[in-house]
Amino acid sequence: MLGWVGKILRVNLTDGKIKEESLDKKIAEKFIGARGLGTKIFYDEVDPKVDPLSEDNKLIFATGPLTGTYATSAGRYNVITKGPLTGTIAASNSGGYFGPEIKFAGYDLIIFEGRSEKPVYLWVNNNNVELRSAEHLWGKSTHETTDILLEETDEEAKVACIGPGGEKLVKFANVINDYHRAAGRTGVGAVMGSKNLKAVVVRGRKGVKVADNDGFKKAVLDARKKLAAHPVTSEGLPAYGTNVLVNIVNQSGALPTRNFQDGYFEAADKIGGETLAETLLVRNKGCFACPIGCGRVTVIKSGPYKGEGEGPEYETAWAFGAMCGVDNLEAITKANYLCNELGIDTITMGSTIACAMELFEKGLVTPEEAGIELNFGNPDAIVILTEKTGMREGFGDKLAEGSYRLAESYGMPELSMSVKKQEMPAYDPRGAQGMGLEYATSNRGGCHVRGYMTSPEILGVPEKIDQHTTEGKADWLKIFQDLTAALDSSGICLFTSFAIGADEIGAMLKHATGIDYTAEEVLKAGERIWNLERLFNLKAGFSKKDDTLPPRLLKQPVKTGPSKGKVVKLEEMLTDYYKVRGWSEEGVPTEDKLNELELA
Amino acid sequence: MIYPEKCIGCSSCELACSFQHTGEFRPTKSRISAIRWPKMGVSVPLTCLQCEDPSCMKVCMVGAITKDKETGLVSINQEKCIGCRLCTAACPFGNINYDPEEAIVFKCDLCDGEPQCVEFCPNNAIEYREATDALLQRKKKVSAKFAEILEEVR
Repeated sequence: MLGWVGKILRVNLTDGKIKEESLDKKIAEKFIGARGLGTKIFYDEVDPKVDPLSEDNKLIFATGPLTGTYATSAGRYNVITKGPLTGTIAASNSGGYFGPEIKFAGYDLIIFEGRSEKPVYLWVNNNNVELRSAEHLWGKSTHETTDILLEETDEEAKVACIGPGGEKLVKFANVINDYHRAAGRTGVGAVMGSKNLKAVVVRGRKGVKVADNDGFKKAVLDARKKLAAHPVTSEGLPAYGTNVLVNIVNQSGALPTRNFQDGYFEAADKIGGETLAETLLVRNKGCFACPIGCGRVTVIKSGPYKGEGEGPEYETAWAFGAMCGVDNLEAITKANYLCNELGIDTITMGSTIACAMELFEKGLVTPEEAGIELNFGNPDAIVILTEKTGMREGFGDKLAEGSYRLAESYGMPELSMSVKKQEMPAYDPRGAQGMGLEYATSNRGGCHVRGYMTSPEILGVPEKIDQHTTEGKADWLKIFQDLTAALDSSGICLFTSFAIGADEIGAMLKHATGIDYTAEEVLKAGERIWNLERLFNLKAGFSKKDDTLPPRLLKQPVKTGPSKGKVVKLEEMLTDYYKVRGWSEEGVPTEDKLNELELA
Repeated sequence: MIYPEKCIGCSSCELACSFQHTGEFRPTKSRISAIRWPKMGVSVPLTCLQCEDPSCMKVCMVGAITKDKETGLVSINQEKCIGCRLCTAACPFGNINYDPEEAIVFKCDLCDGEPQCVEFCPNNAIEYREATDALLQRKKKVSAKFAEILEEVR
């Protein structure tokens, strides 16, 4: 096979058996790779009703056919499992250098099953694969773990690991690779922790081959040229990172503030990318094969929040910032560092603290219980509670369950700003209706990278559409969901989609694999993947009633800013969406649709 | 010319180089290396600097390494090379590589005047140009800072 390596590594953690299997080319063609291919294999092998933290759940690290090549930003891999935060299918995507190293070692996917009795890590040194004891690493931060593993394996190896958060089964624990990159959402790190798998260490010295070298080079140069010419990928993201969005989104009235009590943050400028660039930024950093380089290397030189690391990204700056009413960029950045070291998701962490702050203001959480005054705007609170959550200490033990379970335990689940129990990210859907539909229908709960309607609604890419209308949003969303599903499956980064689309992705896939991926085929594969994820969730027990938003967004209008007075008109968009998808009124894919997608 | 301060550590140069020379994306067989310190977020591209007085050439006992007077290119004649690897030890920068699979030494050949690393570097951290001209540009950049300071104190 070309593009793909054609090999799967299967590791049974219960009995320690490791074997190589061949990748089925027909399945690879239909589901591309990474998110799609991993989900297909997961769907075929795992009961959707499985308890996510039981040994019957599996965990797949999956690359795409473009991963490891010089296609635009082709450093991605996905972690596929059933997520403990949501109970849905979970595919969490990360950059850095770890994904390509799996390909260089000679594998497309690594499948973990069972549960090890004692802490272990997997050491993949080309074809030499072994499970090693990780007892000396248990309890260590992701940074310490990575340092030690590089020392005891190969200093050029790449490490993906969990921190204390994953070990302690924090529901939104993540997998951290290359120190600072995260397969961040849905709690994939807790699944790793439940299996007693501390880390995966990979060193590969092999090559990735493509089908047509000249054609591939041409297709990649064309895509790279488009990235270099687009203002978002050549100016906005390189200059200010993803955090360039804070001011833009705030000015359009879609920056969720103080647990979505408002959609406009008066102090947004203090936490935005422009301010970051003037204060804490040391330099920009790119992931593997990425011409954008949106990574931010930062340092807090002195004071109570002293530290160094990477970030914050936009979502993080928002989650600990506007969402918690905090305008102290140093505290936000410190909380970000802690999340990375503890191995927990910044979005859910920030949003869960914001939820606790509202419970505090309503008198449901007392200062004694929280161990701190939990008013909105308190910068110490985000730092202290992040640390406590990662370690499951004191009140942090409650926060470690995520905002839904937290708010539910006080009898007010409606104060959790989540969909399918996963916290929504940094775009208030009352100021961008399509985002509302996107959150409600996302296959992994509240999420901004299952469609990214922000692009047309706020940024005007590829064209500006009215953010406040519901009209036509279902059609737009379907295309975006299908396109991003295919893009995630190819192994390149979502951010490339500002500048390139199905044509360019198809061309790169075609010349990499030798299979005739047209733009139409790319979107069809994306639709197939989307429907497969939906089928998994339906079998897991989800239904139309779960395709919804917190009541606050449906009933309580935004108080200030450009979206003042708006709520999300979900019902009309949802009916339209099911139709556009070719699903029944209950949101179930019809037999015709499944036949059309070869999923029947 | 190499500008480490512009390097974002993306590996594009290594990928382009190995793809050009081996037909595969294989950083371990690249003639250029972006050495990364991921924790600090620093990276430095390193490749053959085509020295004026190459020590690799001097130590080669069989005369397999030569320097083209016109282009400045230092190249290895694989026919003459006996694989002793003295050159890899002699290069003070470690820019001559050894491939244990093929049992050959290999180094940057400037891709016949169209270096792929330059073409694929997204941040102009590697440039291919006349050395004297490039040095002058760099001098000008540094002197501009002096000029600025002088302007201020004046």
